[in-house]
Amino acid sequence: MSETSTTPRYAPGTHPDLPPPRRTTGALGWVRMNLLSSPLNVALTLLSIWLLWTILPPSIHWLFTGAIWTAVDRKECWALMDTPRDGACWAFIRGSFELFVYGWYPEPERWRVNLTFILFVAAIVGALRENIPGKKYWLIFAAAYPFIAAWLLLGGFGLEPVGTNKLGGILLTLVVAVTGISFSLPLGIALALGRRSNLPALRAVCVIFIEFIRGVPLITLLFVASTMLTYFLPPGSTFDLLMRVLIMVTLFASAYIAEVVRGGLQGLSSGQYEAADALGLSYWKAHRLVILPQALKISIPGIVNTFIGSYKDSTLVLIIGMMDILGLGRARLNDPDWLGLAPELYIFIALFFFISCFAMSRYSLNLEKKLQTDYKS
Amino acid sequence: MNQEASASPIGSRPNESDSKIISIKSMHKWFGDFHVLKDIHLEVAKSEKIVICGPSGSGKSTLIRCINRLEEHQQGSIIVDGTELTQDLKNIEIIRSEVGMVFQQFNLFPHLSVLDNVTLAPIWVRKLPRAEAEEQAMQYLERVKIPEQASKYPGQLSGGQQQRVAIARSLCMNPRIMLFDEPTSALDPEMIKEVLDVMTELADSGMTMLVVTHEMGFATAVADRVIFMDEGEIIEEKPPKEFFESPEHDRTKLFLSQILHH
Repeated sequence: MSETSTTPRYAPGTHPDLPPPRRTTGALGWVRMNLLSSPLNVALTLLSIWLLWTILPPSIHWLFTGAIWTAVDRKECWALMDTPRDGACWAFIRGSFELFVYGWYPEPERWRVNLTFILFVAAIVGALRENIPGKKYWLIFAAAYPFIAAWLLLGGFGLEPVGTNKLGGILLTLVVAVTGISFSLPLGIALALGRRSNLPALRAVCVIFIEFIRGVPLITLLFVASTMLTYFLPPGSTFDLLMRVLIMVTLFASAYIAEVVRGGLQGLSSGQYEAADALGLSYWKAHRLVILPQALKISIPGIVNTFIGSYKDSTLVLIIGMMDILGLGRARLNDPDWLGLAPELYIFIALFFFISCFAMSRYSLNLEKKLQTDYKS
Repeated sequence: MNQEASASPIGSRPNESDSKIISIKSMHKWFGDFHVLKDIHLEVAKSEKIVICGPSGSGKSTLIRCINRLEEHQQGSIIVDGTELTQDLKNIEIIRSEVGMVFQQFNLFPHLSVLDNVTLAPIWVRKLPRAEAEEQAMQYLERVKIPEQASKYPGQLSGGQQQRVAIARSLCMNPRIMLFDEPTSALDPEMIKEVLDVMTELADSGMTMLVVTHEMGFATAVADRVIFMDEGEIIEEKPPKEFFESPEHDRTKLFLSQILHH
């Protein structure tokens, strides 16, 4: 009441924009609003400060300042510390790094793995960057990449052949995850469209496929791939285990992608289909130009969620004896030289997965922002 | 211009179907068990403007949606520009590219800029080179008086502007017939006029138009015939002056008293 009398009055139509009250903005305003807004919040803020104070210094000591980076085995690690086990023995990870990255890939041929990885980065950047010159050729390259990668890694046609049983560690993890992710998207889109088709037979096939694959745990499918499939294949035929696993992982992810994309398709108003139809666009053109760009945009969070899920699920291959980064790391823990260094191993693996998943997540947020054209508030 | 249309009472159909750009005979449609359109006979001459009105649920939108096969009819025949609408997908695509449609909710493609919305069908259906399609698009955007919005996205435009873009998008296919499904019903009152002005200009240029609307001012000024529908039937069709001044049927009178009464 008293404030209204001190506020200057303006003639109608002349009221200027005034700055907001000072207490609600700036760093001080933020602290007041978020940390000290009520007695309970003051107490929680103090508790948090105390927790950080007690946890952070010893963690930093164990992880960095007290850690040993170079040693030949764990005994040397412990000897280099004031009290054994007082810091992390990163020498373990450093000593095993090549094994973790390349598995048992023959050493003289490892340049092929490196080249595959460099081309992988190039394909990703080329396919995802908007304003790259010669975009069309980058897309063709990205589409051809899986075959180039398979040739480089497995050899043949002039390169020394390398058996799939030599793949291991991060290399195997990436092979399983990237194959699953890149083939499951087109397959999932096709399944989603099939499930919404007007053709009853096609619809039934898609529904049964999706429901069956989603209704069975991935581990079961992997066991099917590793053992049961040999019963169904003609006797004497050898169908590579890795290939079978890749197919199962792809099918599994595609069923989830299909449901996510179906959600996106349902998010579109029927008016979009009608407008495309009314302009004379055929089914495929309408989907390619009008329906899918919008449906996939809506589905980005769900698609990336599924990608991240299948990326981490790729570690399940260790159950059927394939040595991905997790399987290989666990086997390495039994090495007498490095016995009992589980924390170091799991922190390393967690960090590896976290960095890749976080990158995917950030990219998807970035993509969502870039594709934001509907200007809804 | 269309003496036979204004003179002919419902039921008697003259046989010269070559001058007719749309010819609907004994057409029925059901939604499940619900009989939405009952024995529809409608002939439209080239350049004729027809306004269809009637209470909601009377089947007027369904009728014009049958003309470009957004809805499928189950009995009778619909011949558009000499091509009969059947299951044949090629025929349907041909007819759809000849018949423009403007929707109540505009249905612009929100992920494309205004220019891309307008050039999409010419490039992908008519196979025009992009430069040519864009040049033509700018002409139509100028005709609907929003060339300056070409690079914006639909979500940045007002409802009236979006509906004018939707009209330009249809016109870019050089349609022979334009269907309007309540084009101004979703607009704020101050934007209705800008859309009706564009439609009036289009009517003056000789376009064949079927318009579902309750804008009776527009009907009086532009229509050659007004068709009143109720419960799936065409109840009455007359030139606008007669339709408003001397409606025959009680249902028409009731409807007119309801919509003109405020």
